Amino acid sequence: MKLESSKKHDTIFSIFINAFFLIIVLIVLIPFALLFLSSFHPGNDLMRYGLNFSLNPDSFTLNNYRLLFEGDNNYFFWFRNSVVITLIQVAFTLFLSSAVGYAFGVYQFKYKNIIFLAVLIVMMIPTEIILLPLYRLISVFKLIDSKWGVILPYIVSPVLIFFFRQYSSGIPKDFLDAARIDGCTEYGIYFKIMVPILKPAFAAMAINQGMNSWNNFLWPMIVLRSPQNITLPVGLQSLMSPYGNNYDLLLAGSVIAVLPILILFLLLQKYFITGLTAGGVKG
Amino acid sequence: MAQNKLRRILYSQKIAPYVFILPFILCFLIFFLYPFINTLVMSFQRVSGDNTKWVALDNYKLLLNPIFRKSVLNSLFYMIASCLLVVPIPMVLAAMLNSKYVKCKGLVRGALFIPALTSVVVAGTIFRLMFGELENSFMNQVIGIFGQEPIVWLRQPTTVWIAMLALCMWRWTGVNMVYYLAGLQQIDNELYEAADIDGADGLQKFRYITVPLLRPTRTYVLTISIYGGLAMFTESFILFNGNQSPNNVGTTIVGYLYRMGWEQNNIGLASAVGVTLLIMVVTLNVIQLAYRGMFRKENE
Repeated sequence: MKLESSKKHDTIFSIFINAFFLIIVLIVLIPFALLFLSSFHPGNDLMRYGLNFSLNPDSFTLNNYRLLFEGDNNYFFWFRNSVVITLIQVAFTLFLSSAVGYAFGVYQFKYKNIIFLAVLIVMMIPTEIILLPLYRLISVFKLIDSKWGVILPYIVSPVLIFFFRQYSSGIPKDFLDAARIDGCTEYGIYFKIMVPILKPAFAAMAINQGMNSWNNFLWPMIVLRSPQNITLPVGLQSLMSPYGNNYDLLLAGSVIAVLPILILFLLLQKYFITGLTAGGVKG
Repeated sequence: MAQNKLRRILYSQKIAPYVFILPFILCFLIFFLYPFINTLVMSFQRVSGDNTKWVALDNYKLLLNPIFRKSVLNSLFYMIASCLLVVPIPMVLAAMLNSKYVKCKGLVRGALFIPALTSVVVAGTIFRLMFGELENSFMNQVIGIFGQEPIVWLRQPTTVWIAMLALCMWRWTGVNMVYYLAGLQQIDNELYEAADIDGADGLQKFRYITVPLLRPTRTYVLTISIYGGLAMFTESFILFNGNQSPNNVGTTIVGYLYRMGWEQNNIGLASAVGVTLLIMVVTLNVIQLAYRGMFRKENE
C-alpha cells in the first residue's frame, strides 16, 4: 500500500520536473526562434510592428538572404576576415600556449613559480585596464586596421597555458624518460608524445580559443577601421542604424553568423562543452 | 663547431623549458607589463604628444564627477545582481537535472548551453528588438498577457536592468550549470545513500550535501561572474546601439573608459578610469582570499 503511493508520488514528481525543464528549454530557445523568423521578413516590418511571433505571414520573403549574397555590401569581407583571424589565432595560440603549458607541467626550472605567477596575474586582471596603452602600442607598430593588430597582443593565452599545464602534468614522467633514452630531443618529445596524447585537450582548447576569436568585439572594433577589414561582430554592429533600414541585412547576417557554430556544436558537443567550461573543478 | 655547441645548449634539458616559455615571456613584457605600467604612469599625466605634463592627482579628482560615479554604481549593481542570479540558479538547475527522473538530460544541457555560442552582438541585437518600445514588441506582448500597458524598456533604470539581466541570464545559465554538473560528478554517491538510510528528503540532501560540497565550483563561478560583471561593456553597447544611453542608465566603467579614451581622446583620464577598475578588482580579490582564509581556519 505504502509502496503504491510512493510510486504514484514518483510519477507526479517525474512529470513535474520534466515539464519544468521543457518550459525552460522553450524559453531559452525563444530568442533563436525570433531571430530565425525575423530574418525572413522585411526589416521595415520589424521597425513598424516590432519583433514578435505574429509577424504577418504574407510578408515572408527570402529577400534578406538574397541581399546578403548579391547586394552591394561588405558582409562577405567581414565573414572572410572573421574566418581568417579565427584560424590564424587558433593555430598560433594553440601551438604557443600548449608549449608554454607543457613546460610548466613537466619541467623543473629556475624562476618557474615567479613566471607562473605572471600567468595567473594576466588571467586575473581584466584586459580592459590596459586597452588604451595597448592601442597606442599597436599604432606604434603600424598594425592599426590590420589582422595582426587584432591577433598579436593575445597570441599567447594564459587560460590555455593554465589548462595545458594541468593536462600535461598528468603525463607519467617515465614516459618522457623512455623517449629521451630512445634519442628523442626535448622538442621531439613535445611533438611526438605530448601532442598525440593530448589530442582531446587540443580539440577542446581549439574550440575555446576559436569561440573567443569568432565572437570577440571590443578589441577588433578598436583596432580595425576600414569597412572591408572589420570582423563579423563589428560589421553586424555597424548595421544597427536607428532608422532600421539595415535590419534586413543585420538579421539574415546574424543567422549566417550563428549557424556554422550551431552546426559545429551539434557535431562536436562534447568538445564544445569541455572547451568552453575548461576550468571548473579541476584545479 | 660553434653551431653544434649552440645546438647542444638549445636542446639541453636545462634550456628547453625556457625556449618553450619564451613566447609567453615576450608577450607578457610587451603586451602586458609595458601597457600596464603605462596605464599607471599616464593616469598621473595630461597626455598630448610632446606636451605631456605631470598633473599629480588631477585626473583622479576629475573622476569625482556624477557621471563616473553613476558608471561605477551601474557596474557594481550589474555585478552584484548578475552574481545573485547566475550563481545560485544554475546550481539548483544542475541538481534538478541530475535527478534520475529527468528524461533527455543531454538534450536539456545542450539546449541551455546554446546561448553561450552566440556573440554578444547577435544576442544583444535580438534582445534589443525583443525589448523594443513598440506595442507589439515581444516583451510588451508578454506583459500584455498580464494586462500591463506597453513599456519603453530601454529608458527607465528598472526596466533597463531587467533587459540587461535577462540577457546575462540567457547567456550564462547554461554554462554555469555545466560547471555545477561537473562538480556534482565529484560528489560521492555513498553520501546520498547514507542520507537516504537516515530518511532525508530531497531538499535536505540538497541543503546538507550538495550545497556544501559544491563550494569549490561555486567559488569559481562566483569569481568569473564578478570579473565579467565589473568589466561589462559590450552588452550595454549593443542594447543601446552605441555608448550613449538615456541619462547614462547603461553606462559602465569600461563604457566610460571607452568614452574618455576613444571618443574624447582624454588619455590621462581614461587611464585613471583603468586604474580605478584595477583597484576594484584587486580589492575584491583580497577580500575573497581573506574570506577563504577565514573559512579555512574555522574548519581546522
